[in-house]
Amino acid sequence: MISYAMTILLDGVSFGMILFIISVGLTVTMGLMRVVNLAHGSFAMIGGYITAYMTQKGYDFYLTLAVAAVAAGLLGGLCEMTVYRPLYRKGELAQVLLTMGLVFISIAAINAIFGAFPYPVIMPKYLTELVDIGFRTYPAYRLFVLAVGGVIAAILWYVIEYTLLGARLRAAVDNQRMARAIGLNVNVLFTLTFMVGCGLAAVGGAIGAGMLSLEPIYALKYIVLFLIVVIVGGEGSFKGSFVAAIALGVIDTMGKYFIPEVATYMLYVAIFVLLLWRPQGLLPPKSAA
Amino acid sequence: MMATSEHSAPTGAAGLRNRFQTAWHVLPWLVAIVFFFVASGYLSLGTQIMIWILFAISLDLALGYAGIVTLGHAAFFGFGAYVAGILTVRATGDPLIGLLVATALTGLLGFVTGILTLHTKGVTFLMLTLAILSMIYEYANRAKALTGGDDGLQGMSLDPLFGRFEFNIFGHTAYIYTLVVLFLWFLIAWRVVHSPFGRSLDGIRQNPRRMRAIGTPVWLRLVAIYTLSAAMAGSAGALQAYATRFVGLSVLSLFTSGIVAVTLILGGTKRIYGAFIGVTIYFLVQDYTAKIDPHLWEFVIGGLLIAVVLFLEGGLMSLVDSARNGLARLFKRSNRT
Amino acid sequence: MNDAAEPILSVRGLCKKFGALTVAQSVDLNLESGARVGLIGPNGAGKTTLVNLLTGVVSADAGSILLGGEAIDKLKPEDRVHRGLVRTHQINTLLVENSVRDNVAIAIAERERYAWRGLRFTRQWRACLEEAEERLHEIGLAREADREVRHLPYGEQRLLEIAIALALKPQVLLLDEPGAGVPSTEAHIIHEVLDRLPSAIAILIIEHDMDLVFRFAHEIIVLVQGMVLTRDVPEKIAADPKVRAVYLGKCVL
Repeated sequence: MISYAMTILLDGVSFGMILFIISVGLTVTMGLMRVVNLAHGSFAMIGGYITAYMTQKGYDFYLTLAVAAVAAGLLGGLCEMTVYRPLYRKGELAQVLLTMGLVFISIAAINAIFGAFPYPVIMPKYLTELVDIGFRTYPAYRLFVLAVGGVIAAILWYVIEYTLLGARLRAAVDNQRMARAIGLNVNVLFTLTFMVGCGLAAVGGAIGAGMLSLEPIYALKYIVLFLIVVIVGGEGSFKGSFVAAIALGVIDTMGKYFIPEVATYMLYVAIFVLLLWRPQGLLPPKSAA
Repeated sequence: MMATSEHSAPTGAAGLRNRFQTAWHVLPWLVAIVFFFVASGYLSLGTQIMIWILFAISLDLALGYAGIVTLGHAAFFGFGAYVAGILTVRATGDPLIGLLVATALTGLLGFVTGILTLHTKGVTFLMLTLAILSMIYEYANRAKALTGGDDGLQGMSLDPLFGRFEFNIFGHTAYIYTLVVLFLWFLIAWRVVHSPFGRSLDGIRQNPRRMRAIGTPVWLRLVAIYTLSAAMAGSAGALQAYATRFVGLSVLSLFTSGIVAVTLILGGTKRIYGAFIGVTIYFLVQDYTAKIDPHLWEFVIGGLLIAVVLFLEGGLMSLVDSARNGLARLFKRSNRT
Repeated sequence: MNDAAEPILSVRGLCKKFGALTVAQSVDLNLESGARVGLIGPNGAGKTTLVNLLTGVVSADAGSILLGGEAIDKLKPEDRVHRGLVRTHQINTLLVENSVRDNVAIAIAERERYAWRGLRFTRQWRACLEEAEERLHEIGLAREADREVRHLPYGEQRLLEIAIALALKPQVLLLDEPGAGVPSTEAHIIHEVLDRLPSAIAILIIEHDMDLVFRFAHEIIVLVQGMVLTRDVPEKIAADPKVRAVYLGKCVL
């Protein structure tokens, strides 16, 4: 019984970790730059595909993760400076449409290069095995995800709360005008955080390939999940996105175990009700307008 | 915007100008009618285009005019399609009753969801529309007995229209039926946007605070247009079901919502004819590029989208406008001498 | 005529708190028909919040608001407008894509509630345009009638705010810093328009421009931290040491 519950918990939290790693970049983009970035899933997808391709060619798994993160980060930086910058001033509609255009292009590119079938990431051997965790054996892969997620969350937490960069970031999220007025170079901050966010998304897409399988339609299929994490957690809120991601992961997993017939449907109903009750999200940053 | 002052001009020129404008209005319908006789091999494509034009106009009412930014409009399209389809399987194959029921029920869905969500704005509202879309998608996916699940709805059987005109693979009936329904809705939409009600929607889009300050019941107006828009999309969905005699889950997909928004932006929002142009371009692009490479059109559409957002605010209709203004100026000049 | 003694706007005990911050403390306020009252106070005194409370944009915690003897506390902002309580905004809220004339005409259309009577729209809209034209003449914006608001100089946009408010045929007009942001070279235009406002309307004007307030208002209310400090004729206010202290600090030389 306990073993059953623990399994569900582990499954749910590990899934939530993936959602968190991918979505944390999005919550910053939406909270900091106030841009609705529907193309965020594309960066996760691209990262996943890069890792998949390289591991299939035999490269070291961790090396491929690094390459994926850097490549996605650079690509993100390029996009930010070219097509995202003009969006800051334009309304929400323009942002939705332009980023949707990016999604289409990324889907087309992946289709053209890698084809339409699910594209696997070749994990190191020890990650494909089962590990004895006391009450049962459990996939090492999921424990790995939990570990990585925890480490990333901890590092981000430290950076956000205890470093100058983090303070600047929080200031800019809270009140952009004021931040500019006191001399923060907001443009550089935007580009850097966007790049980091894309890099993280890439890592999330790569290590999450076992749960969110890589296929060309990935970018469109999962963006709703990432948006849920961001908006339910509160745009711009790290704590919020962490809580929302874990909660979403656990609830979704529980749903699939107990009420598989209506699980996904009920999830969206829950999101709907939650947003009507708390339009700002669960833990919005202090001065959420 | 409508001309607000009538300068006195020689009656000849004014009369000619009016006729010129009327010609523009008649043109798309003439093309549609001529197409029927001339291109009978392509009727199903023509029907598809018209269905999507109707769908796009419905989105334009909500999005272009009232500024309701939604990614969930496929919910209404798909709901209408499934209602119409399921009706033929379970109740009656009459296409008129089916269309009316689908339209009415979808309007009701729009009304209920509008009342629940239209007080929110921005990203929250967007997310709510996505949640509703996903909810309905998942329900359709699961309720296999009712909807056929991911196999799609099987066993649709349509009665002939008026007892005489069959819906068959040649597509004549579907084409004319769709054309007439499109025309009727077009008239309604035209009337609405050029009325004081429509003007107030434009004001609400620009500045809801201002509209409240002059006494506009903003929320009620938004609910009203959202309901109308939903009903219209439901009609389009029903026509879609009749045209192909099949309903698949794709009518409820985020992709569909995205594509209809794309066609609208390409053509130009807040211009009913923008939908005509945008949808036609989309289908032409898709048709043409699909022959070269099945995925090229996604590239092209994506690129066009980005280009239009960054460089062409009013969509392609703004190009049409510039062309018309240019022509009108030419006209005036030649008239003066 | 009969209720010359009866104020057109009667506010009693209006209270509002945002968390720990009290923005309105038991505010009492009366405006008679034709009143010209200025509302002044240091920044953060709660002047704009008071206007928001009166118009219903913010709901009060306690207190009553009577317009023409009828309670309007429960009414939504848009309904209060139809009863005759109209405001202008400190920052222009205009329909920038529309022309000057259209902005006024749309307001008139709302006033007449034409929205739901779409059928005879051409005639109705033309009537709105004609009336809009008159209003623009009255306020001196007629030559800009066709211009898009976003191309209009700031001072004239402020005028348009007032023109729209007047087009709604208000009984009570709340002017929120009509001179705000207007360059001093153009300020006299605003002053002239204010002078010519219909005498029957009760007007409450928030302003920081003391010249304007002292010139325009027959009475002045001083608001400090959500509380009415005093209400009197301009000369007495100018001489009041309490008011001086509030503006200049306790240390008055």
